[in-house]
Amino acid sequence: MKKKLLAAMMAAVMVIGLTACGSAPAQEAAAPTEEAAPAEEEAPAEEAAPAEEAAPAEEEAPAEEAAPAESTGETVKVGIINNDPNESGYRTANDKDLKAKFTAENGYEASFAYSNKNDEQIAAAQKFIQDGVDYLLLSAADTAGWDSVLKDAQDAGIRVILFDRTIDADESLYEASIVSDMAKEGETAVTWLKGQGLEEYNIIHLQGVMGSAAQQGRTGALDAAVASDGWNLVTQQTAEWNAEKAQQIVQSVIDSGESFNVIYAENDDMAKGAVAALDKANIPHGVGKDVIVMGFDCNKWALEELLAQNWNYDGQCNPFQASYIDEIIKTIQSGGTVAEKTIIMDEKGFDATEITQEDVDTYGI
Amino acid sequence: MKSKETNKSSVPGFFSKLVRRQIFIPIAALLLLAVFNLITDPSFYKITLGYNSAGNPVLSGYLMTILDSGSELAILAIGMTLVTAATGGQDISVGAAIAISGSVILRVLCGTNSRPETLQAPIIVAFLAACVVAMLFGAFNGALVAYFRIQPMVATLILFTAGRSIAAWINNNELPIISEPSFGYFGGFIPGIPIPTPFFIAVVCMIVIALVLRFTNLGLYTQAVGINESSSRLNGLNPAFIKFLTFVILGLCVAVAGLIKVSRFSTINYSVIAKDIEMDAILAVALGGNALSGGKFNMAASILGAYVIQFLTTTLYKFNVQSDALPAYKAVVVIVLVVLSAPIVREWLSGVWKKIRPQGNGKEVA
Repeated sequence: MKKKLLAAMMAAVMVIGLTACGSAPAQEAAAPTEEAAPAEEEAPAEEAAPAEEAAPAEEEAPAEEAAPAESTGETVKVGIINNDPNESGYRTANDKDLKAKFTAENGYEASFAYSNKNDEQIAAAQKFIQDGVDYLLLSAADTAGWDSVLKDAQDAGIRVILFDRTIDADESLYEASIVSDMAKEGETAVTWLKGQGLEEYNIIHLQGVMGSAAQQGRTGALDAAVASDGWNLVTQQTAEWNAEKAQQIVQSVIDSGESFNVIYAENDDMAKGAVAALDKANIPHGVGKDVIVMGFDCNKWALEELLAQNWNYDGQCNPFQASYIDEIIKTIQSGGTVAEKTIIMDEKGFDATEITQEDVDTYGI
Repeated sequence: MKSKETNKSSVPGFFSKLVRRQIFIPIAALLLLAVFNLITDPSFYKITLGYNSAGNPVLSGYLMTILDSGSELAILAIGMTLVTAATGGQDISVGAAIAISGSVILRVLCGTNSRPETLQAPIIVAFLAACVVAMLFGAFNGALVAYFRIQPMVATLILFTAGRSIAAWINNNELPIISEPSFGYFGGFIPGIPIPTPFFIAVVCMIVIALVLRFTNLGLYTQAVGINESSSRLNGLNPAFIKFLTFVILGLCVAVAGLIKVSRFSTINYSVIAKDIEMDAILAVALGGNALSGGKFNMAASILGAYVIQFLTTTLYKFNVQSDALPAYKAVVVIVLVVLSAPIVREWLSGVWKKIRPQGNGKEVA
């Protein structure tokens, strides 16, 4: 009996933990239901093709409950489908930016759905279409499989705006696509590296998860420079965005005794892992030191490393798409047309010798 | 004369005994890797004493890297072995649970500010809090398995899925960074001691578990429950409680591993910290020759298995094998293990051994 009670208590603790987890990151009342929905719906959505019917009734109710602002007529209803905000610092900043922009004060009524899985995202999109949102904002987990659901949206008069990630679908199916140009990010970084005018380039290249857009863009630029300028890649390995793997890879190079003078890490976490290995071996790094350290994404802590001149370069990957999206929606609402389908965001590269505290505060995520 | 004869016959006898011993599998794997490295590049074994950027002496070299990086895995292998022995299943949520316990440590140390100038609580308090939380989550898994009779892999799938989100929620999705250098000692070096601290922590855990197994009935009881649950109940044991207990112990191991992990970088990345470590921990248990279906276990073999896995990983990094190909190599190891542990193959092998042995004796006599 005692044990059963204990077991029940454990279960209760767990459930409380889960519900609290669902509600904490979301300010909007509607958000927790949306967030939980895709995960729970997975099975029925896959089995039954008409997912509209599969949506359980209990989840419709709170979603409508949370829509008191509807009657004003002025508010624009947006359904936002994003990747999981826990995925990375980039995504967290992205989600925060969207939540700050699409508020009731700014004339929006926003519902959020999060998933890193394409099928769950599609199910969420179908639900938003059913709910009759005005705009569907989408950061797709996968490039394929969006044609039919976007056609449904078009038929229902819903306008679709893509952000952060593109999809393989006909351009007529969406109004605009706001993306980062990863190849350009890589080129900016490589151009900076060329400008350093080192006598020889012995590079440790830490790649992100292979096949991701960020990895391809940032690797492509470096590979091109290696081929054209005769730079030497001491090692080229994927550390899968993981600081610890990066540390082990760099540690392995240090243990082997090979010399290197550049660390080109495709995100800040991996650069940090690399620096941990350098510190352990007492290899000086940073401005004017033996090893140049390069990172991407402009996390705040990484820019602070730049400010302290422990790192040399950090390339921005701009997560602040909300204002771009806002502008497009305003244009469409006032009857205008969007001039360009694909909008590439401004992205900077920071040099440790030029960065200021102001940059850290403005661009750090 | 007589004594000489017994000596002679005891040499092959010793070998055949060793082959049948459970710890032979990880030792053989370790020797294989060691010899391979010795042949290809003897400098693999070079250890040098240097200084890190903080001016403290550190030993470095591939072997130190193995001892350093393999420690979390060795600690987890302790708990995983017990869970495997008692329940005949594995806990796949340890990676997510490490994220949770690491997050708790940082939360307690940072308080409400994610970038504190000074620690808001002593490290020991944060660690104890993490122990309690990790043991609670272990208890949750254990309760599902022991009292609700859910298959371990299914029961722990819940935490496997939800764990990293819970970890992020604990810190409001922020990335706390600890600037206090003493926090980095647990995953790095204590000033003046050139051997990586994680290895010391792992050794302490090994001593504790050795004492526990030696002076309590934990080992006997878990094996009894794993071999035959109903007969152990008839003998007065409480199988459900033993299973529950093993998960709680694994929770404690998770908290220790979590401390090392967050200490390494003095921060946390919820989505990648201790990623896929559960598979390595299970592999360590398998590599130790323990039956994944439960029952008898050999703790030393599991721990050795954990270091063999790290040995393999480090070797592959040394040879510049693409790190996303590492799982494929580990898969090969799993296949070999599974094939070797199949009863048919074992019978065949001991048959082959018997055929070879008389020949060897014959030569000696001639």
